[in-house]
Amino acid sequence: MEHILVAKNVSKSYGDHQALSNISLEIPENSIYGLLGPNGAGKTTFIRIVNQITYQDQGEVLFNGKPLSPEHIAQIGYLPEERGLYKSMKVGDQALYLAQLKGLSKTEARKRLKYWFDRLDIGDWWNKKIQELSKGMAQKIQFIVTVLHKPKLLIFDEPFSGFDPINANIIKDEILQLRNQGTSIIFSTHRMESVEELCEYIALIHKSEKILDGKLSEIKKTYKNNIYSVGLEIEHNAEVFLKKLEEQHQIISSSYDNRENQLDFTIKLPTAETTGILSQLSKEANVNHFEETIPSANDIFIQTVNNRDNGQ
Amino acid sequence: MASKLGLIIKREYLAKVRNKSFIVMTILSPILIVGMIVLIAYLTKVNDSEKRVISVLNESTMLHNEFRMTDNMSFVHFNGITLQEAKDSTLALGYYGLLHIPNGIDLEKITGSAHLFAKDNPNTHLTQQIEAIFQRKLRQKRLGDLGVTADLFSSVEKPFELNLATFEGEKSVKGINEIKAFIGGGFGYAIMMFIIIYGTFVMRSVIEEKTSRIIEVIISSVKPFQLMLGKILGTSLAGITQFVIWLISASLLLLLVVAISGIDMMAVINEVQATPGGMNGMSQLSTPLDENTLLYAREILNIPWLLLIGCFLLYFILGYLIYSSIYASIGAAVDNETDTQQFVFPVILPLMLAIYVGFFSVFSNPHGPIAVAFSLFPLTSPIVMLMRLPAGIGEGGVPLWQLLASIILLIGTFLAIVSLAAKIYRVGILMYGKRPTYKELIKWLRY
Repeated sequence: MEHILVAKNVSKSYGDHQALSNISLEIPENSIYGLLGPNGAGKTTFIRIVNQITYQDQGEVLFNGKPLSPEHIAQIGYLPEERGLYKSMKVGDQALYLAQLKGLSKTEARKRLKYWFDRLDIGDWWNKKIQELSKGMAQKIQFIVTVLHKPKLLIFDEPFSGFDPINANIIKDEILQLRNQGTSIIFSTHRMESVEELCEYIALIHKSEKILDGKLSEIKKTYKNNIYSVGLEIEHNAEVFLKKLEEQHQIISSSYDNRENQLDFTIKLPTAETTGILSQLSKEANVNHFEETIPSANDIFIQTVNNRDNGQ
Repeated sequence: MASKLGLIIKREYLAKVRNKSFIVMTILSPILIVGMIVLIAYLTKVNDSEKRVISVLNESTMLHNEFRMTDNMSFVHFNGITLQEAKDSTLALGYYGLLHIPNGIDLEKITGSAHLFAKDNPNTHLTQQIEAIFQRKLRQKRLGDLGVTADLFSSVEKPFELNLATFEGEKSVKGINEIKAFIGGGFGYAIMMFIIIYGTFVMRSVIEEKTSRIIEVIISSVKPFQLMLGKILGTSLAGITQFVIWLISASLLLLLVVAISGIDMMAVINEVQATPGGMNGMSQLSTPLDENTLLYAREILNIPWLLLIGCFLLYFILGYLIYSSIYASIGAAVDNETDTQQFVFPVILPLMLAIYVGFFSVFSNPHGPIAVAFSLFPLTSPIVMLMRLPAGIGEGGVPLWQLLASIILLIGTFLAIVSLAAKIYRVGILMYGKRPTYKELIKWLRY
């Protein structure tokens, strides 16, 4: 697999504060890579190193196989978490200025801006000043400016903050569209809901260290713990049945609905082998559903961070 | 890379020039300054033209014709009334005061017991003028007692003025050193004002980028140093535009004044230049007033203008770059303008010091130790050296080594300060939320 960005043993400190210690990451081409971690973990420092806003103390960062250098700046698009625009400058002038700083010619920038402004349906904002727009509107313009120069690598730091759900969805679709067109995307966030939907790969950074990385689906596999949620239709003696079950298996929680004769419970099995329990259950009752509970990214996040903090 | 710097300069320039307050200030400032000058001149005139009337009750036989009107006081003579009546009438007529000279024939005695009655404590200048009248009369009388006649006395009293000349035999005029220092001071003052005004603009512009959070978007495309440099250059170009507009409008105004008043400037200049040889040239001139005016004009033309303007530009550029990069780093270190105070004061201090030390020490002794020290010290040299330079370089002026040393020190300081300021700027622009201490700023230098 090709990697757009490879970081090898990158460390960075600010005075006494260690911001990144010995981080190694491999970010595959043409995928969405989630960079996760609590606030202050070192995500932004890593992103700033990739953008050459600051430099690592130790280690090496390769872009497309070559050491990161100023010429790569035009191939990277960055939407920072702390983002804004000049308040008293017109939207169009501002977008043109930022596009030209990324190396686009004025005419090319104008052409592409027109395309994006029409696409996101904001064509009539060209001569407005930022201070006349709402926060969400300004965010749309920032998004356009980030992707306008068609970078190979896009870095979004908390891209959905400041968007209402409808516009967040529009932006999410645009991000997926860009991925489909071949762009590699680093997606930094501490909000897990969006990770499930977007990210193929994740890395978890905590207190300046990488504590987990890999393909999200595989991480989930290693984190699943043979817990199943089960629904049974059972007409009488549900309590007795449950009691009997509890003697043989580890039941985590249960509830029984008298009117619907519905018994729901979650059960932890010793292995991933389910045929035994399934045949046992189906003998006694009508099985409505039997489903493996896969841990969410959020669960993995919390669990890993807690384990780490408890010294495990 | 160079084109990015150009883009930044252009944006900063346009952002400044298109700003409404900039346009208003550009138009309004000359009007305000001219208005202020006119107002001050008018107020001074009004203030001076107030004449104080003093009533005189002279009961003696002497001093009768001595109290004559001057430009700031006039006298009303009372006769044949008592002192109390004179006091009452002075008050009733609203005069400034009453001068009472008692009856007698001995001048020493009557002057000794003369009084000036006044409602307020009388103004010192006015008291001195009246005292001078008595003093002159007393001196004349005492000398008369020693056998000096009135004619002799008036010939002794003739005023005297020392003639001044340089060693080259050129006649020089009083106050020319002050005029030269004033011209240099004017340049120095212009530098200080420009640094403070445009340095603050640079600082504000940095703070604006920080508070609007656009900074990180921009420095993912350009280096922080490029942004800082572009900002400083763009802002100063806007400042220079403003100065050029003012200069052009001032020249037009001057031309207009000259045209209206009918002074032939070329003739004046030709006449001055046609009399290079000092005293013999001067003798052709008719009146002493013209001679002095021409001397002043020649001295002013003799100021090494090319050197002065060249050095002005050099010191201006280096001084401005040093200070504005400090201003930029202050802007980067803080989150809002109210936090800038503690950092800005130490920056303005050397500028103020330069102006005041310059005006005091350079005026009294352009080549004294304090003047030399401050014209070498890089944070004050752009101002103080310019005050010394109108005297020229070499003999009688600034020694060449001092000028060169001052420029070299300034360039060295420029390089050091800009690189330190750039470091603070680079770290500061990405720091939000807390006001840094000096200790932290020093720490940033090592990041």
